[in-house]
Amino acid sequence: MEREAVLSGLADVAVELLGVDRDQITEDARFVEDLDVDSLGLVEFVMAVEDRFDVKVPEERLDGIATIGQAADLVLEMAGTPAG
Amino acid sequence: MTGGSRGIGRACAVALAQAGHRVAVLYGHDDAGAAETVAACGRDGRPEHAMAVKADIADPSAVNAAFDEVEKAWNGRVTVLVANAGVNRDGLLLRMGDDQWADVIATNLTGAFNAVRRASQGMVRARWGRIVTMSSVAAMSGSAGQVNYGATKAGLIGMTRSVARELASRNITANVVAPGPIWSAMTEALGEARRDEMVKATPLGRFGTAEEVAAVVAFLCSDAAAYVTGAVIPVDGGMGMGN
Repeated sequence: MEREAVLSGLADVAVELLGVDRDQITEDARFVEDLDVDSLGLVEFVMAVEDRFDVKVPEERLDGIATIGQAADLVLEMAGTPAG
Repeated sequence: MTGGSRGIGRACAVALAQAGHRVAVLYGHDDAGAAETVAACGRDGRPEHAMAVKADIADPSAVNAAFDEVEKAWNGRVTVLVANAGVNRDGLLLRMGDDQWADVIATNLTGAFNAVRRASQGMVRARWGRIVTMSSVAAMSGSAGQVNYGATKAGLIGMTRSVARELASRNITANVVAPGPIWSAMTEALGEARRDEMVKATPLGRFGTAEEVAAVVAFLCSDAAAYVTGAVIPVDGGMGMGN
């Protein structure tokens, strides 16, 4: 899985699910402060990402995932591709 | 529909089936009872509108697996949950054993939590949902001999109202129905003296029927109840008035 593809997929999910503007979705965009995602929205985002990339994200791994870039790294890791 | 093999659970399953839902009946032990409920739900003789799944409600992985099975069989998400499974193991406080307490908590409260948590996944994805939990007049009035049962029935109120607040923004309502004395296997087992006491304490002077509870549940699960959430609705002949 390519990192670019993951980032694009995350952007799709964020736009569809959270109604975020596509150009707001950058590597460093923070879910809470920049994208205005509430706590339930974050949970929904994770569930949609799990569906889209066919991965399972255990609860404990979500701590500290604050930006789109960090989320992309996590998806790559869960899918078995080394991050970065 | 959890706890659907008899009593209020069966009546609710039938009412929901009549309202047009496909009904999955989760049950713990009573294979024959569950099969009868499924048969009673069938519309126009077509059994595929109802199915039964056996699972230990107190076991989260069994509950998750049961939901997976239903969602796979019907290729859709569960968006209506009636968390009704409940038992009683009555006894005086001074003689109440650890297991007697723990077993009732596990089935009635933890079981409901297991079902609600798993059901909310599909509802949040669908951005629509109906959750109804089955409490009791005993929750607010208290009931001698039912310290364990009363605790779980009151617990369901706090739990359901918290769920109502958390999920309201996704068009998911969560409500509580609090039946009073209802004719069922559970109340039949209480004995005549206890039943007479209950009738005397009920302004309407009779036991209710499972169908009378099911009618309220079916309403709460409908589109018409979209503005009702966090409510505790008694179906108790007036027994619990003032609580």
